Amino acid sequence: MQLTKILSAGALALATAAFAITAAQAAEPLKIGLVLPMTGPFAAYGKQIEHGVKLYLEKNGDTIAGRKVQLIVKDDAPGTAGDVSKRLAQELVVKDNVDILAGFGLTPSAFAVAPVATEAKKPMIVMNAATSAVTTKSNYIVRTSMTLPQITAPVASWAAKNGIKTVFTVVADYGPGHDSEGQFKKTFTAAGGTIAGEVRVPVRNPDFAPYLQKVKDTKPDAVFLFVPAGEAGIAFMKGFQERGLAAAGIKLIATGDLTDEDVLDAIGDPSLGVINSFHYAEAHKSPENQTYVAAYAKAYPKDRPNFMSVGGYDGMHLIAEVLKKTGGDASGDKFIEAAKGMKWMSPRGPVSIDPATRDIVQTVYIRKVTKVGGKLQNVEFDQVNDFKDPGKQ
Amino acid sequence: MTPVKLDLSPLRRAAAWHWAEYAFWLLPLVAYFVFPKNLALLSQIAITALFCLSLDLILGYAGIVSLGHAAFFGLGAYAAGLMAKYGWGDPLLGLAGAALAAAAAGFLTSFLVLRGADLTRLMVTLGVSMMLYEAANKLTDFTGGVDGLQGVDIQPVLGMFSFDLYGKTAYWYSVAVLFLMFWVARRLVHSPFGLSLRGIRQNVGRMPAIGAPVNARLVAAYTIGAAYAGVAGALLTQTTQFVSLDVMAFSRSAELLLILVLGGTGSLYGALIGTMVFMAAHHFLSDINPQYWQFWLGAALVLIVLFARDGIMGLLRKLSAPARTPS
Repeated sequence: MQLTKILSAGALALATAAFAITAAQAAEPLKIGLVLPMTGPFAAYGKQIEHGVKLYLEKNGDTIAGRKVQLIVKDDAPGTAGDVSKRLAQELVVKDNVDILAGFGLTPSAFAVAPVATEAKKPMIVMNAATSAVTTKSNYIVRTSMTLPQITAPVASWAAKNGIKTVFTVVADYGPGHDSEGQFKKTFTAAGGTIAGEVRVPVRNPDFAPYLQKVKDTKPDAVFLFVPAGEAGIAFMKGFQERGLAAAGIKLIATGDLTDEDVLDAIGDPSLGVINSFHYAEAHKSPENQTYVAAYAKAYPKDRPNFMSVGGYDGMHLIAEVLKKTGGDASGDKFIEAAKGMKWMSPRGPVSIDPATRDIVQTVYIRKVTKVGGKLQNVEFDQVNDFKDPGKQ
Repeated sequence: MTPVKLDLSPLRRAAAWHWAEYAFWLLPLVAYFVFPKNLALLSQIAITALFCLSLDLILGYAGIVSLGHAAFFGLGAYAAGLMAKYGWGDPLLGLAGAALAAAAAGFLTSFLVLRGADLTRLMVTLGVSMMLYEAANKLTDFTGGVDGLQGVDIQPVLGMFSFDLYGKTAYWYSVAVLFLMFWVARRLVHSPFGLSLRGIRQNVGRMPAIGAPVNARLVAAYTIGAAYAGVAGALLTQTTQFVSLDVMAFSRSAELLLILVLGGTGSLYGALIGTMVFMAAHHFLSDINPQYWQFWLGAALVLIVLFARDGIMGLLRKLSAPARTPS
């Protein structure tokens, strides 16, 4: 049986060699390329997401499945220029040899990079960009933030169920505004509500006075507002108070990015009473979130944790858990297979990755802006459990 | 009448290729072998250089100040993107389409630009670009709005070279287009047409007296500049296979003006060198510090302006010929 011996010795040698190769591979650092807007108008996005990612590594150690994590941050400012994001992603793949592409503050950057992920077969973790179609652009994309329809539909159903019969929609005149308006109208009218009127306002420096007057004259039960967080939202909320719309009994409902913790202090008291739907609040009551908020406050005392930081934190969590499952193998196909259907307890509540769409499934909460201990907070009072992105149905 | 004999030899000397220029055009070849992993960046440098060249044609030669040049860049980008999306994905065809679209827009708006002097021109060019930006934002179904135009399917260049992840095709394609367009621009600025533009910039009042139609020349220059910008925009679309609304953004126009002033106006090479220096510095600094790199870039720009008045080209000229031009 000389032949068998030789063969088995050969097989043993091969197996040893293969094992040695795997071990060497496992010992290699895990390079994660973060493409984020770190300067320019969306610098806050990049900052919050980076905070979340780093917080996870600080808390759980920076070695995953035996591989030391190496973050390479690339600034794709202004964040809306797909060409810049794509070039940086190409460089991360070709030059820095990253294992995973992650980050992506805004939709154009995720859209532009998707073909790079497909061609290079690298997992791409979207930590913010919220247009519904993002995950359909490459089979290697997993999203850990939210989608716009996902956070819009619940406030519409809530309104219809809670005595709001007529709604006036006010949205900013750009892609996300149109998407949000569409989803709100669809869900609200399907639940028996009526749209009393609709306006689209300019994205930059809109003067809300005429719109507010029009709303007041129409006398709807509520106004649904979707504008980019920041100046426009502040101006609208102030006008809403000053022109007596709130006093006339008109409710203001919105998506939660309008009153996210990063801008809430800047808006101040006019935000009180705004009802919105969203997936994460600093005030969310759970042991996971308490630990998260405390760790965040310790690491970044000047900032408040918001949904973007949690998107980064959960993205990093997903990477870590997937690699534990694959034994440190970050190759695209294996990574994505392992990521599908993954479930975990995030600071925002229970989340999972939809195996069909690779998009996040999560609880969406209905909240009201209230003062808690002198600090403005989104206080949750209702919720929709395990809510999938309605934009893909 | 006996024809007047003019000594045109200084002009001929200027039009002839200098040895340093041959050396300069070896750089893309050298860069390909020295930085084989930075080809994506290098192609974007080539594209921005072409875009900057187009601004130099209208600012450095025709003397038209523009803060809205990205409008033509963006038009070209969308033209090439939309053509590719609806089945006309041949890159060269896309370039031609983009050049035509941008030239048409440049021709039409040139009449507005002619109406005023420097400050008014700044406003008019800025206004035109803002209108186009807003139009592209509004036409979401057509342009994709802020989410960007998708489904841009570009065919291989000349039916042979498809665009790859390493950016090899993108690089050679962009460099080839840049060189050809540069060569044409160089011929143009040394032609009687180009000389008349220089004359207009130096003294508008005098030019009609020697029989040069000022307005027609400016319209032509502005239209050509727009077409060049359109080609640059189309190149960006084709090499990234995506168009974001940002191609028309004000910041792109402003940054371009900055690059041109940094490199030096009115020499064509200033546009190219300015782009190389600016983008390399941008890349290098933002890699070292992704959060605060703009501070260092700003500091570098201030230093260059302080010590090299006419941009980098001015500095190079001073260094290369200290004896001939004592200042």
